[in-house]
Amino acid sequence: MLASLGLSSTASLYAHLPGEALLGRELAIEPGWSEYEIVDWFRARGEANTHFKASFLGAGVYAHYRPVLVDTVVSRGEFLTSYTPYQAEIAQGTLTTIFEFQTMVCQLTGMDVANASMYDGSTAVPEAALMAMRITGRDHVLVARSVHPEYRQVLATNARNQEMTVDEFGYGPASGLVDLAGLEAKLSAKTAAVIVQSPNFFGCVEQVRALAELAHKHGALLVVCFAEAVSLGLLRPPSEADIVCGELQSFAISPSFGGPFAGVMACKEKYLRQMPGRLVGQTVDANGNRAFCLTLSTREQHIRRERATSNICTNQALVALMATVFMTVYGKEGLRELALQNLSKARYLGGKLRRRFTGAYFNEVAATPAKGTVAEANAKLAARGILGGLDLGRFYPELSGNMLLCATEMNKREQMDIVAEVMGA
Amino acid sequence: MIRKTRLHLVQNEGLLFEESSPGKKAYQLPGLDVPAVDPAAVLDGQAREEIEGFPEVSEVEAIRHFTRLSTYNFAIDLGMYPLGSCTMKYNPRVNEAVARTEGLAWAHPYAPVEHVQGCLEVIHRLEANLAEITGMDAVTLQPAAGAHGEWTGIMLVRALLESRGNPRKKILVPDSAHGTNPATAAMCGYSVANIPSNAKGMVDVAALAAAVDEDTAAMMVTNPNTLGVFEEQIHEVARLLHAKGALLYMDGANMNALVGLSRPGDFGVDVMHLNLHKTFSTPHGGGGPGAGPVAVKKHLEPFLPTPRVIRGKEGFEVVENLPQSIGKVRAFHGNFGVLVRALAYIMAHGGAGLRRATADAILNANYIRKHLAGHYELHTEAPSMHECVFSDDKQSPQGVRTGDIAKRLIDYGFHPYTVSFPLIVHGALMIEPTETESKQELDLFIDAMKSIAREVEEDPQLVKSAPHRTRTPRVDEVLAARKPILRWRP
Repeated sequence: MLASLGLSSTASLYAHLPGEALLGRELAIEPGWSEYEIVDWFRARGEANTHFKASFLGAGVYAHYRPVLVDTVVSRGEFLTSYTPYQAEIAQGTLTTIFEFQTMVCQLTGMDVANASMYDGSTAVPEAALMAMRITGRDHVLVARSVHPEYRQVLATNARNQEMTVDEFGYGPASGLVDLAGLEAKLSAKTAAVIVQSPNFFGCVEQVRALAELAHKHGALLVVCFAEAVSLGLLRPPSEADIVCGELQSFAISPSFGGPFAGVMACKEKYLRQMPGRLVGQTVDANGNRAFCLTLSTREQHIRRERATSNICTNQALVALMATVFMTVYGKEGLRELALQNLSKARYLGGKLRRRFTGAYFNEVAATPAKGTVAEANAKLAARGILGGLDLGRFYPELSGNMLLCATEMNKREQMDIVAEVMGA
Repeated sequence: MIRKTRLHLVQNEGLLFEESSPGKKAYQLPGLDVPAVDPAAVLDGQAREEIEGFPEVSEVEAIRHFTRLSTYNFAIDLGMYPLGSCTMKYNPRVNEAVARTEGLAWAHPYAPVEHVQGCLEVIHRLEANLAEITGMDAVTLQPAAGAHGEWTGIMLVRALLESRGNPRKKILVPDSAHGTNPATAAMCGYSVANIPSNAKGMVDVAALAAAVDEDTAAMMVTNPNTLGVFEEQIHEVARLLHAKGALLYMDGANMNALVGLSRPGDFGVDVMHLNLHKTFSTPHGGGGPGAGPVAVKKHLEPFLPTPRVIRGKEGFEVVENLPQSIGKVRAFHGNFGVLVRALAYIMAHGGAGLRRATADAILNANYIRKHLAGHYELHTEAPSMHECVFSDDKQSPQGVRTGDIAKRLIDYGFHPYTVSFPLIVHGALMIEPTETESKQELDLFIDAMKSIAREVEEDPQLVKSAPHRTRTPRVDEVLAARKPILRWRP
């Protein structure tokens, strides 16, 4: 090949680079490893993490069983190694699954339209806030303190450079639910969006309808976010919201130390043009058969550049496909039954603990150890092979001494009895 | 002549919702070992009746559904993907295997640090490798994709300038830039000023000198640029910016042309992002997930997002409290599973192997350039790095445009090249073969492109109405946008 280019060495391919830009040495990275050495190194790193028999840690990252079909499908090279489906004629596989994904997200959330995915729940929240600002022409955002703390931190980072003012409103100290009076006191003619999470960070189920009425009374949009998607199998869809965003990690996506996950963004039809991210639409091919393609891309950066709705380009397509396969495997009855198992296990566990809040909960519960600190309780659990709960004091100084525990279909009754025993209820 | 493909049977498949029948199941759950509760009684009026319209299929129907749909896709596993700027190289399967290592895949980001030392070591090692590759001082692995990395990087620029008393007002962007660059600048509250390219497709240094002033926060430069040309005056670009107190941001979309040869940290770059799903071989997965680490020089390090992973006396530690940090750009530790794959890629290559991959990518691009020049109009005589850009000037007199040639290429068994980008080239064909294509595949590609050039002369309509051999012929994208149908309804 070099000879056909009239060259004698590969070095002549980049001889035109300015000399001071050339590295002039080998990178200080050890010589290449064999496949076995690589697998062995990562296996050892996996073993350097503690292996727990059971986990009660949730807080935005949930341990749910991953049906075998999920990896079977996403391991197919036709999905795994394909590019963004801009060339519709040879990407109908990906496009069709995204259309199904958008449909199922709408069915779950009660929204009219959904996009092809966002990076994750934490980055979907600021995108929803920015979207609400564009729609309302207002620049104040009110976010509940019971929204995932890291989602709120990402929102705060976004607010640094945008014409966005973020203020927080609290939760009822007894109920754990949004403090409606506190929210109402902060609502004004400047409020673009009210952002709540349900189930909220404490696991409690919010009253979406009342929140929507309150927000709408002041001309603001209601943004409902979720971190535990399995809850949508049993909970009323937040249809009264204007925008729903959230995290699909619970749908067969490994905890994987926090990512990659898949964020969702769904909204009422009338707000479609302000939605960020890719959308797949139905159309016809030259033979008149149904076909799908990426559409409404005049909202996006590659067309609109600095006037785009967002700079998002690459999203989480393959992870969204995992969620799509998960939703297909469980289906209408299965997702409900799965959610019911989660609810029943959490109620069993919660019934044995000193619960911190009175609000109705789904699969997470804030609880207080009868004596000792959260760290002590978690150390006792770790000694018995169990990963305990999140120390709520980490994010809520006023809740120090309390922990957040999660129960899913993967937690067995005996393990929950051990937790109850250690918590000394 | 079409040598690479022949037609075969493809199964038709409806949508899941159309294939569903009431009561069908593809799942099994264990029996409940605690009392079942009545949701209506305990959910405070928030229980739902059913998920209206949700699918109901059996396991075999589910697997056939997705398998049939998969056969409608083109993929790297099927053939060459010469998409310029997208770097569609082979995705080694060992990367997939190690990302599924049980102890890593099930690690919880909120587990106490002593229980996740393995994950933290992966992060620490990859950061060190990327710092060495880029010649920068510190790296954050938090951003979830390239555009997210750009946003993080420009936020860092803003934070540094604010700490010096003035965030400034504008970001300079070459007219050849990716659309994410101006969109990012706008999201960070900056106005955008376009800098024209010169005849060789490089940043016009005189225009830059005239544009850069005390209001300039930074310039975002892709190097090699989107024409596949190394910015030979990059040192001068950096000097002009730095003289006015502005920073040089490098979009690392084309970093695969530099790894092991040249380091941005050595040619004046202050901050840059990498696309692990391009340069470091993690799969595109039909549009994601990727990862967009950001590498910075010392003066920007205090502003990096939290958390940061450091090596302490008793192992790795996670640091959250950094007073000058811009804060969190994403929850947890970024797209960790993507980071695992990229580290495995670096391990498999080693320092010398990474440089060899870069050289091979440049060789492959120049081989294509050499053999297609004369058949297609080469945009610039400037030497090509990892990709080459032609225009459709020779074909447009016959009424055939770059988009038509791209569609005809599908019939020959190749994914199209990048169409109509960069915007500064009218009717652009942007071709990037990557290092993982063999000479045999490149020769087939060259033959296909030459054959299409002949078809344009002899039968332009054949090209204009392509593709002819796909399951789905040309798709009506105008109709999709005019009457949006974005979900299935009964």
